[in-house]
Amino acid sequence: MFYIYCPYCQEHREEEEFHAAGQAHIARPADPDNCTDEEWGDYLYFRKNPRGLHHEMWVHAAGCRKFFNMTRDTQSYEIKEVYKMGEQPQIVSEQDSIARGTA
Amino acid sequence: MSDVTNVEASSPVQAGEQAAKPQVAVMNLLAGEGPRADSPLAHAELGAIAKQSDAKGGVCLQELKLLGHLVLRGDPNNQSFVAGVTKVLGVALPAALKTEVIGELSVHWVSPDEWLLIMPAKQAFQLERELRAELTGHYAIVNVSGGQTVLRLTGPDVDKVLCKSTPYDVHERNFPVGKVVTSVFAKSQAVISRSGEEAWDLVVRRSFADYLWLWLQDASAEYGLQIKG
Ligand SMILES: [Zn+2]
Repeated sequence: MFYIYCPYCQEHREEEEFHAAGQAHIARPADPDNCTDEEWGDYLYFRKNPRGLHHEMWVHAAGCRKFFNMTRDTQSYEIKEVYKMGEQPQIVSEQDSIARGTA
Repeated sequence: MSDVTNVEASSPVQAGEQAAKPQVAVMNLLAGEGPRADSPLAHAELGAIAKQSDAKGGVCLQELKLLGHLVLRGDPNNQSFVAGVTKVLGVALPAALKTEVIGELSVHWVSPDEWLLIMPAKQAFQLERELRAELTGHYAIVNVSGGQTVLRLTGPDVDKVLCKSTPYDVHERNFPVGKVVTSVFAKSQAVISRSGEEAWDLVVRRSFADYLWLWLQDASAEYGLQIKG
């Protein structure tokens, strides 16, 4: 069981109160009418499945009903951080930081 | 039956008004003299049980039925929203996981931009109108009185019943008087607030009221359950 800190309720709650809501930080193509089928397909269907650090959305379904982000290690299940919607993760893998151009 | 006196546009747009408020139809949801309003637990006849039995026990249950429930939403960083609400309610909106009580009105924090206002049924329509008259911009008020009910649990063994029902830690150090949380309750959900050392209120959905009534009878059985009408 996870014991998850909700950044909106500002305390830890049981996993039972939450639902996982998939990969975080998926950007919708700015101009859907003029993007390629590949870009649109990637946006709609393709998700990361990393072994290690992963950024996920979670929703505090039985609590405040807010969505937030979580950085989690998919191998150890360790929750590295939680952060509000619109914020960026502090803990990123090497590949992520290269992809983001921040390395 | 159409009762036009119970419906009004909250803020008629007047010619020349600078920032015209959007028109919203506000309706008094009270049944009035005609149709009878039934609480979600009307079939359980708690009043009759209370009269028939003088059982004493570690848990006492009372339904605070047919109260007025308003959901208020708005941005707590919006000064005019906060000031307007404070002016109407006479109390500042509570911060995270806190309940404010002023007279017969209780204000529960539900989420960073959402509060649950509970008051006697007859005050809800008036309060909604006052809030709408005061507030501008982006906010929402919804009367959800018919959708939920309040179960009040009192007694020395209530905390043990809660321990069986919710994963949330109800110990004094984590759940002092004046705190409110929304959490899992049985296989349903409840807004759980602690109004006294041995007094707890559950706000539950109408459709789950019967299930939770059955659950609470079962969970309280070993301590003795007393019903208050
Ligand atoms: Zn929360």
